[in-house]
Amino acid sequence: MTTEAQQETSVRIQITVDAPIERAFRVFTEDFGSFKPPEHNLLGTEIAETVFEPHEGGHLYDRGVDGSECRWARVLAYEPPERVVISWDINPRWQIETDLEKTSEVEVRFVSETPDRTRVELEHRNLDRHGDGWEALREGVGGEGGWPLYLQRFAERLLGDD
Amino acid sequence: MVTYQSAGWSALGDPTRRAIFERLAERPRAVGELAGELPVSRPAVSQHLKVLKEAGLVVDRPVGTRRIYRLEPEGIDALRADLDRFWGKALAAYKQVVEQRAQEVT
Repeated sequence: MTTEAQQETSVRIQITVDAPIERAFRVFTEDFGSFKPPEHNLLGTEIAETVFEPHEGGHLYDRGVDGSECRWARVLAYEPPERVVISWDINPRWQIETDLEKTSEVEVRFVSETPDRTRVELEHRNLDRHGDGWEALREGVGGEGGWPLYLQRFAERLLGDD
Repeated sequence: MVTYQSAGWSALGDPTRRAIFERLAERPRAVGELAGELPVSRPAVSQHLKVLKEAGLVVDRPVGTRRIYRLEPEGIDALRADLDRFWGKALAAYKQVVEQRAQEVT
């Protein structure tokens, strides 16, 4: 299974912003809820706020308008203004993963290009740790709702070449 | 690409093809294995696999003299595409927010 072993297991994206490194870091952490894509809401209700606890051992959680909470990441490293690492405790079906062995991690590095420009490098890695998640996805294909889910995923992949 | 999806649906409308697909969902298999497990001849299995392959639901690769079939897409690719979109959107929105803050301060 050489091809599987060589498969890419991370996602890397970088962006340069017109802001000093301190502000770039602060906005990324304190204001995480202001730019997180809203369509992946794990709560059954509208999100009132997203909290990023600014210290190692802290959590990222969404709080719903009804007071419910969803902790979906742990802060693994918090080194302002240069680096932050969080876990990704969400399985491939966008549900909370309780088995921490099956979670991936996201490292974000902030690099000062000029006093007013910062490069933000994001790496979401160890995606293979979610393995059982997609096996479950496959096991589900025989059940109720399994086929539509599978084919929807498939169609999204075909359409998602942008 | 909607036609692709409906090709998938109709390919799975056949009970034998669905049985083949479900077995491949468990793990990759060779044609001979599938023929041994199902009450269908080997040429018939090959024919069904051809339909599934044309519908984009399975892929095959040669291993020695056999061809091994497995489901497509591979889970990790689908996950990567998902997260790539998620972080792409998040960082684009982040750029807007952080630069807007910069203007407010100056």
